[in-house]
Amino acid sequence: MTTTPADTTQHDHGVHDSGAQAEHGMSTRGYVNIALILAAITALEVSTYYVDFGPLFLPSLLIMMVVKFFMVVSYFMHLKFDNKIFSWMFYAGLFLAVGVYVAALSTFHFFLR
Amino acid sequence: MAETAVAHDPHGSSTGISNVKLGMWLFLGSECLLFGGLISTYMLYRGRVANGPTPEQIYDIPFTSVSSFVLLMSSLTMVLAVSAAHKKDDRNTNLWLTITALLGATFVGGQVYEFTAFYNEGLGFTTSLFGSSFYTLTGFHGVHVTVGIIMLLALVAINKRSSVPGSKSETVEMVGLYWHFVDIVWIIIFTLVYLIPV
Repeated sequence: MTTTPADTTQHDHGVHDSGAQAEHGMSTRGYVNIALILAAITALEVSTYYVDFGPLFLPSLLIMMVVKFFMVVSYFMHLKFDNKIFSWMFYAGLFLAVGVYVAALSTFHFFLR
Repeated sequence: MAETAVAHDPHGSSTGISNVKLGMWLFLGSECLLFGGLISTYMLYRGRVANGPTPEQIYDIPFTSVSSFVLLMSSLTMVLAVSAAHKKDDRNTNLWLTITALLGATFVGGQVYEFTAFYNEGLGFTTSLFGSSFYTLTGFHGVHVTVGIIMLLALVAINKRSSVPGSKSETVEMVGLYWHFVDIVWIIIFTLVYLIPV
């Protein structure tokens, strides 16, 4: 039976018997599993340089980029397990940046090129 | 009652959460705006090559892929350092921090090599708008990685003297947050700058 990162995730923050693991959400094995998934996605990203993905090229690259981004933020940076106010702080900046610069690029007709 | 709650709060704040961590997340949120601006500028100017080389002519995707993989794996070693710090395992904390710093140094070394190769192929900082925006974006990121390496090595040195002020594990965690942020910025740069053609 294989173990997924979710299986090795400790969701109960009230459990104190396993110390740091319970407090910070994941075991060492969970982190290694996440890293392996990230490495596999990176390999898939690089493969788009060599293999013709046709019309799926751009969407697949962007989806893989977003998945990697949120995996690192959620698991390695512990945002998934931490107080929600930290998520608000970070995502406020992130989505403000995305909104501002999508608007800025639109004014230069970047998306119509 | 409120005074009692503050007295028992491990972070010593009235909100019950760490002010240091809150400040770090706020800083990282603001960094999104900095890199958003640099990435947007690159996206606008990447086709403005003047008489210089184009991105397709100079990018070495296999080389950059290896660099990206090295930086990605440094996030794993960093999170293992944080995990060891929470377990108060100083030996493994220092070990993983040192490995993270070495992986970061490998990435920066790769970037120096890449910049040198691009310069030799005719892409200077002022050759074209593409060159200026490329070097500014990736250079800013490289400086962030370098600052991260200095923080990691300083933390190892201070850790060995057991004189980290405040909570040692929280200090390692803060440096870890910064390091992971540098990694997620590169995840975006690698896709938007290197893998998506003009």
